[in-house]
Amino acid sequence: MSQTVSAAPNIVPMRAPVDADTVLTVRHLKTEFTLRTGVLKAVDDVSFDLRRGKTLCIVGESGSGKSVTARSILRIVPEPGKMTGGEVILHRPDGDVRIHELDPRSSAIRAIRGADISMIFQEPMSSLSPVHTIGFQIEESLILHTDLDKSARRKRIIELLERVEIPDPEQTIDRYPFEYSGGMRQRAMIAMALACNPKVLIADEPTTALDVTTQAEILDLIQELQDEFGMAVMFITHDMGVVAEIADEVAVMHQGRHVESGSVEDIFHAPREDYTKMLIGSAVRLEQPSPIKLRMQAEREKQPEGQPILSVRAMNKVFGATGTVFGRKGQGVHAVRDVSIDLMQGETLGIVGESGSGKTTLGRCLMRMHEPTSGEVLYRGRDGEVDVMSLDRRSLKDLYADMRMIFQDPYASLNPRMTVQQIIAEPLRNRQGHGNAAAIRDRVADLLVRVGLKPEHMERYPHAFSGGQRQRIGIARALAPNPKIIVADEATSALDVSLRSQILDLLLEFQEQLDLSFIFISHDISTVRYFCDRVAVMYRGEIVELGAARAVCDTPSHAYTKALLSAVPRPDPTQRGIHKRHRYVASASDERASQ
Amino acid sequence: MLQYIVRRILLMIPTLLLISFVTFVVVQLPPGDYLNAYVAALTQEGGETVDREQIEMLRQRYGLDEPFLVQYWYWISNIVFEGDFGRSFQWNQPVSDLLWGRIGLTFAVSLASLLFVYVVAFPIGVYSAIRKYSLGDYVFTFLGFIGLAVPNFLLALVLMVVSLQVFGVTPGGLFSPDYASAPWSWGKFVDFLAHLWVPMIIIGTASTAALIRVMRANLLDELNKPYVETARAKGQSEAVLIMRYPVRIALNPFVSRLGWELPALVSGAAITSIVLNLPTAGPVLLTALQSQDMYLAGSFILILSTLTVIGTLVSDILLAWLDPRIRYS
Repeated sequence: MSQTVSAAPNIVPMRAPVDADTVLTVRHLKTEFTLRTGVLKAVDDVSFDLRRGKTLCIVGESGSGKSVTARSILRIVPEPGKMTGGEVILHRPDGDVRIHELDPRSSAIRAIRGADISMIFQEPMSSLSPVHTIGFQIEESLILHTDLDKSARRKRIIELLERVEIPDPEQTIDRYPFEYSGGMRQRAMIAMALACNPKVLIADEPTTALDVTTQAEILDLIQELQDEFGMAVMFITHDMGVVAEIADEVAVMHQGRHVESGSVEDIFHAPREDYTKMLIGSAVRLEQPSPIKLRMQAEREKQPEGQPILSVRAMNKVFGATGTVFGRKGQGVHAVRDVSIDLMQGETLGIVGESGSGKTTLGRCLMRMHEPTSGEVLYRGRDGEVDVMSLDRRSLKDLYADMRMIFQDPYASLNPRMTVQQIIAEPLRNRQGHGNAAAIRDRVADLLVRVGLKPEHMERYPHAFSGGQRQRIGIARALAPNPKIIVADEATSALDVSLRSQILDLLLEFQEQLDLSFIFISHDISTVRYFCDRVAVMYRGEIVELGAARAVCDTPSHAYTKALLSAVPRPDPTQRGIHKRHRYVASASDERASQ
Repeated sequence: MLQYIVRRILLMIPTLLLISFVTFVVVQLPPGDYLNAYVAALTQEGGETVDREQIEMLRQRYGLDEPFLVQYWYWISNIVFEGDFGRSFQWNQPVSDLLWGRIGLTFAVSLASLLFVYVVAFPIGVYSAIRKYSLGDYVFTFLGFIGLAVPNFLLALVLMVVSLQVFGVTPGGLFSPDYASAPWSWGKFVDFLAHLWVPMIIIGTASTAALIRVMRANLLDELNKPYVETARAKGQSEAVLIMRYPVRIALNPFVSRLGWELPALVSGAAITSIVLNLPTAGPVLLTALQSQDMYLAGSFILILSTLTVIGTLVSDILLAWLDPRIRYS
């Protein structure tokens, strides 16, 4: 990216007249949702400009109103939301369009959507209709906004698909979204958004649902297209690394309010507001090993190395290798291939990899939540060695008191019809001879305090808690039966960055107090550096690299690990470089295996 | 797509074989064989001398002395290769003579009801989803629940009065007395249509009400999906985008209901048919079951089940045509 920072930070109030490069002006935008419980000010007095060829990143945590801001510009705020004030002005060569004065259903605003201003969304999976071809969904834009005839439209779509680097556009144009990978779908989305050469591209967390390497490719693509067509990009994200990587200017939002704006350098190196400092601080903190971790490692080095608490040998898992009478014969998916790992007492072993690498399957197999196809799992618990593979259902239940799991989604992993007390006490009740009701109550109250909630919360239901609080409840549930090992599967991935470091610190405190061992499954290699002692990198079911977390993160030896690490955007605009990243090209046989 | 259809048709064969076998088991369940019952009935009726030769002929024809599986083979092969369904001893006629007219009318009534159900339920369902909690939604929801709650026989009586008082059409049956036994003609067809609407509405109401709710719920789920927002951000108009995207996808459960809507209509129609005195399959099946006229009952069950399997096939093919994800996986 060419680094010109001539444009002064556009802190508002009403800088009339706009310069020639400004394509969209937003002033004092207010959007409110009238709910049963009152009026929610989703966007409260937000102002910014979008300039030709420049990228404005709107950054904030969930609930900050950044997505509603984007939808207000296009006037597609969902019910019962309403734009209640402010101005949105599109500057076209043929004159200004006062978007805020248009009826959201009028043909005037519809002529702007997809033509002058287009938008791409977070979920490439669900943002495309599953029952229409990719070609048709792109063509719709062309039908609406151009006079091209059928064959000219098809030609244009094939050009667009070619431009966003979708292979075989002549064929793939007639394919359906489910035949595309996640990254390809997002490319198709971009092709759709660019179909009519928009002046403004609004990208609402377009890479959040993607793997880091795919994210790097999509960011590269948007950058290239911006250089080529000179459109203004408004990029919404919660990831400070992405902001540092691509932004020219940054606007920080918090709870609907505009906290601070400025050039990317100013925001990262001289933030004025405490909230901005906190956001950057949380992101930067995760770049280094946690102080608690370092203390624990120093402590551990003094002690003689014991035997591993958990040993996995030659584990394999193949899904669905059988064929049906009339169906096509399946080859089966080799999700975990010949994996052997050891977990030491009090250690945190990170397992990182991209989606489909088999890391989640491995986590479930070693607890036998999935039945492994072959392999050994040996657990050295309080009562000696346990061969996990030979346990029956009943003794597995006892094992689950020692080996616990924390899940990714704090919303889906708590039963909405159980109170917090019931949820946390469940693993206690599942075991025989575990105290009376009062004892269980005391235990739950104690756990709630330890995870930073209040004992009086135990009568409430999960919906009364925020995402971060729910994840704390999930942790309390995992800790309830005094476990030895915790398998945390993407336990912090769904959380905002400020919450993420809080939850990781909480887990580290428990590890220090209770001598816990963690298996920490994550696609996010930055949290691994902060949280783990050792890390195993998985790629297509195999462990390609295993070593001390710092060594793997700082001096990776396997080409895939290098590619993975170099694709992670760093929260520092002076260290831009994902477009110079290593690319790991799998061998031809690997490619076939993934088909 | 073609491969999918061929595969589905091939899969129908074992299903149909299983159905025919179960049906035959039902036919054979009552004690004694069919001829004992037949002879008993004839002797009872008027001391008619039973022709020994004829009985012997029938005995061989149906293979009554043979083992169960052989008898099943005789029965099913007669049906498949010669269209001979056996004899109804209650009516003393070949089952096939009794069958075809009634099956035809049954399906005419059922298909008309089905059409009524879908034509009424679709627009109302779409409307009440898009205008959720509007006056119209409440009115249709209210009417829908009345439709669900009112028993068919009551509605039948009310509509018979209406059709006589308001339209001057003879209540009951599917034809006026003049046309009842006349051969098919234009006049008879018009008369048939004039009678058809009453059973069509009665049989259809409950399903319509249920289907409105299904369509409404499906569409409400789909309306908030991100792909709808994508279409909106493209500049498509509300009317087009709602019909093209969420409605299209909400149709899936709507269509897959088709398969089991048919048998539900056929069996639900029995009560209505009795009240309205319709010459359809329902009442005859009922009496056949009551009087253990097993070849007749068996044939009805066989044919209705077959048609249901075909209905399911049609709905599956429609579904595959509608949704590429089904077609390709």
